[in-house]
Amino acid sequence: MAQLSYFPHTESDIREMLDRIGVKKLEDLYSDVPSEFLKKGAYALPDALSEHEIRDYFASLEAMNARLKVFVGAGAYDHYTPAVIPYLCSRSEFLTAYTPYQCEISQGTLRYIFEYQSMICELTGMDVSNASMYDGPTAAAEAMKMAVACSRKKTRVLLSKGLLPHVIKVVETYARFGGVEIAYIPVEEGQTSLESLRGELAKGDVAGVIVPSINRYGIIEDHSGFADAIHAEKGILVEYCDPSALAVVKSPGEWDADIAVGDGQSLGLPLCYGGPYVGFMAVKKEHLRKMPGRIVGKTVDKEGRRAFVLTLQAREQHIKREKATSNICSNESLMALWVTIYLSLMGPEGLREVNRLSSDGAHYLYAELLKTGRFEEVFPGKPFLKEFVLKPKQFPGQMQKKLEDAGFFAALDTEEGYVSFCVTEKRSKEEIDRLVQVIKEG
Amino acid sequence: MSKIVEGLKYSESHEWVKVEGNVAIIGVSDFAQAEMGDITYVDMPEADDTVEAGEEFGALESVKASSELVCPVSGTVVEVNAELEDAPEKVNEDAYAAWIIKVEMSNPAELDALMDAAAYKAQIGE
Repeated sequence: MAQLSYFPHTESDIREMLDRIGVKKLEDLYSDVPSEFLKKGAYALPDALSEHEIRDYFASLEAMNARLKVFVGAGAYDHYTPAVIPYLCSRSEFLTAYTPYQCEISQGTLRYIFEYQSMICELTGMDVSNASMYDGPTAAAEAMKMAVACSRKKTRVLLSKGLLPHVIKVVETYARFGGVEIAYIPVEEGQTSLESLRGELAKGDVAGVIVPSINRYGIIEDHSGFADAIHAEKGILVEYCDPSALAVVKSPGEWDADIAVGDGQSLGLPLCYGGPYVGFMAVKKEHLRKMPGRIVGKTVDKEGRRAFVLTLQAREQHIKREKATSNICSNESLMALWVTIYLSLMGPEGLREVNRLSSDGAHYLYAELLKTGRFEEVFPGKPFLKEFVLKPKQFPGQMQKKLEDAGFFAALDTEEGYVSFCVTEKRSKEEIDRLVQVIKEG
Repeated sequence: MSKIVEGLKYSESHEWVKVEGNVAIIGVSDFAQAEMGDITYVDMPEADDTVEAGEEFGALESVKASSELVCPVSGTVVEVNAELEDAPEKVNEDAYAAWIIKVEMSNPAELDALMDAAAYKAQIGE
């Protein structure tokens, strides 16, 4: 075997270790694996490239990307990333550190997680946040499991049909393998139906309900009466939210929700082929013991100095084993740091400004698109923030192609035959006008 | 050597039962609290919840351990010891005073399957 610079062990190191444990060759370590599952023969890998060749290769791949102006949302939003975030996040103290197994030695890591948790609590209006989760959809699935754990005996969870399709799919997958029965609450006139919810709750077997704060049509939902109806049946209300929007819309805390989850991508994480993003989860204090994931707490050391620790670990899998709510024992730390820096840069005022600019742009685009005569309104008068749907009068394929040719990613199809648009603070009036012009010219 | 109170019934999973009429008062034994160490949280059901003999009704948590509570009898929870919510250490202080739940029994015959003090003493090897 050639000596490769990233392998820490020499041939003689390996020989010594094999001799010590009484094994002849490395392959013998896999003798428990049935032979049909073992790779036979050499790997068909290309020759190694020099640094220069590698750079050329990836540059050629990168050049194949189309640089489109994004007018699409659907759960991932093209908000601005201030340059200081990637600069700070790429510091080696943050970027290269894997989970510190003696966690408390890494006070810097615990400190930023603590700050992250505090900011998520402030945004959601909840009491306790965990250290972050993989992404929004898996956070929603964890909330489903947590609702079942809180209710002890009930195993049915209701999902609003207004949730994003990929969120529903992931929750369904976790439910199928987790012994949870899923049922759906329809959307009526652009809003999760309280009447249908009441009907399902009356059956007496509902552990929890997951509803979107802003639904997949972009409509800001009114959840008046939801918490009371759900709590009367001892159920758990889960709000799935866009955390950026929480700066301006009612928070899960204000809706009296028990759990808030969502994707932190809208807090300054760039669009990047779906990830890595970061999920968040925050809960009311009374449900803390059932919350999955790590939690960082603040305390003092023996000399009375402020110190940060992992806390409430008796909830977690390494202690509770199969009785734990979740097998999550990690977090999405670097992305949580990203979000923490973003939120500290923006502050409450900056985040409101992001929403104001996005909303102004979206409402302007909405009005301009209707003027083209090529769309019909789907939910007239319903409140929306930065995203909305319209019904195209013609099949949208040709329009989408023209938009792409003109440098726009816009008019995403929905399963109902609508098209969805989104405007963030990055989209200028000039860009919006050009987009409308392309559509007008058809 | 842990304390065992005469006149109580004991389960193999270290719960004790004190019978008052048709109500079973349930806690954990002194042996169990000592094994757990400092208890930081008692996870309890709510009044009106139904419980089944042999099934989990809650859990004890210490700093680095968690242990489920198994109900010795079936029935309906009539009261939980709310005091333990804020003062779980009372289980360590006196495991026989710190009852956890009271259950209106649906099948008092289940009590016959439990151990008396002498049998429990033998089980824990003391």
